[in-house]
Amino acid sequence: MDATRRGIPAAEPATAQDPTHEHSQGHYHQMVPSDPTLRVKALESLLVEKGLVDRAALDVLIDTFEHKVGPRNGARVVARAWVNPAYKKRLLADAPSAIAELGYTSGQGEHTLVVENGPKVHNLVVCTLCSCYPWAVLGLPPVWYKSAAYRSRAVIDPRGVLREFGTDVDEDVEVRVWDSTAELRYLVLPERPAGTEDLSEDELAGLVTRDAMVGASKVPPPGAKA
Amino acid sequence: MNSVHDMGGMQGMGSVLHEENEPVFHAPWEGRIYALNSSLRAMGVWNLDAWRHQIELLPPVDYLRMSYYERWLRINEQLLVKHGLVTPAEMATGTPDPESAKTTPALTAASAARLLGRDIPSSHDPEVPPRFKVGQLVRARNMNPAGHTRLPRYARGKVGAIGRDHGVYTFPDSNAHFGGQNRQHVYSVRFAARELWGESVSPRDSVHLDMWDDYLEHA
Repeated sequence: MDATRRGIPAAEPATAQDPTHEHSQGHYHQMVPSDPTLRVKALESLLVEKGLVDRAALDVLIDTFEHKVGPRNGARVVARAWVNPAYKKRLLADAPSAIAELGYTSGQGEHTLVVENGPKVHNLVVCTLCSCYPWAVLGLPPVWYKSAAYRSRAVIDPRGVLREFGTDVDEDVEVRVWDSTAELRYLVLPERPAGTEDLSEDELAGLVTRDAMVGASKVPPPGAKA
Repeated sequence: MNSVHDMGGMQGMGSVLHEENEPVFHAPWEGRIYALNSSLRAMGVWNLDAWRHQIELLPPVDYLRMSYYERWLRINEQLLVKHGLVTPAEMATGTPDPESAKTTPALTAASAARLLGRDIPSSHDPEVPPRFKVGQLVRARNMNPAGHTRLPRYARGKVGAIGRDHGVYTFPDSNAHFGGQNRQHVYSVRFAARELWGESVSPRDSVHLDMWDDYLEHA
C-alpha cells in the first residue's frame, strides 16, 4: 500500500477528522446550516425531550458496534471453517445457522451467504446502490466500502480495484463480484495461507483481516505485513 | 430513480482510499446519529426501503458532497418532519412544542441490546410461486421508475442466468412508497462481465446481483 492510499479518503474528510472543519478547504457541507456535532446534539436533545428516543438505548447501540460486533467475529467463523471441514460445509450450505453456532445472531445474520475463494475463483463484495454489508459478522463498514470510488468501480473494474489493495489475481482466475442489491449479505471465505498448518484456530483467526472477508485482499501468511 | 446513488459502472470517482486502523466512528456525532437512526427506525413509522429512498432523494450534488453520516443526519431530520413526529418549528428551534404530547421511546437500553442491524422480513412462503428456475436465462427489464428501485441501471436490458432462488422477500419498489409488500421471489442472477461491459473486460469474470421477480423477463 503506498502512502497516497493512507489516511482519510478525500471525499469524506471534513467531518471525519475535523468536525469543525475550520481548516477544510473543501467546504463539503456548506449547505448544512451548522456543524454536524451541534446539529446532532440539538436533534438528540429534542428527541429525548419529546420522548421519541432513550439516551440509554443510544449508548447501548454505540457500545455494541464499538466494542462487541466487528470483524473479529467474522475472523472466528473463517478460522473455524479452515480447521473443521464439517463446519465449513455447514457454513457454505446454511451460513446463518453455522454463524449462530459461534454465538453471533442478528436480523442481518439471517440472510448471510458465504462465498468461498479458491485457486480458480476470487470473490469480491460490494453494494453499488448504498452500503449493504454483513454487519453481524463484520460490524459497520469502513469508509472505503461506502465510498463512491469503490461502489462505482468494483463492478466494472474489479481487477483494478484489487490491484489498488495490493491484491494480485491471475488472469486465469475468475473474479466474481457480488452486488448486494437485495437483503442478502455476503461474507467471503478467504483461502487459508500456506505455512499455517501448525497454527491453532485462535492463531488462525488472528491472521484473518476484514478486507479479506470482503474479498478486497487475501489473508497474508504469518509474519507478513498485510 | 436514476440518480447518483446508482453508481455501479460510473467512472471518474477516483481511486479507492484505504485508511489504516480505521475507527468505527470518526467523531462522537457519527455514533450518535447512527444510534438515533436505529432508535427511530425501531418505531416502525418508516420502513427500510422508504429510508433508503429518502437518501436517494438527496440532490446529487449534496449526496456526493456529504459524508456518509451527514446523509443519515439530513434524512432523519427530513423523515421526522415528513411523518409528523417533529414539527418544522420544533426542528428549527430545537425546542418541543409545549402542546405536543410526550411519547414513550420505542427502543430502550434492554431492547437495544437485542437489536442488531435491521428488521428484514423474508421467508420461504409456499403461497408465492417462483416465476423462474435455477439455470434459466433471464433478461433484466429495461425499466426506469421515478421512485425507488433496487435494479441498478448497469444491469437493465442485460441477459444473465439464475444461480439461486433466495426465497420470498418484500418488493422494495412498492414498499418504499408504502404501497404494499408485494412479496415475491428473489434470485441470484449471474451476468458475464462482458455482457455488462463489453469486450475489454476479462471473459472469465462475472457480476452477481440479487433480483426480484418483477425485475426479470424470459430471455
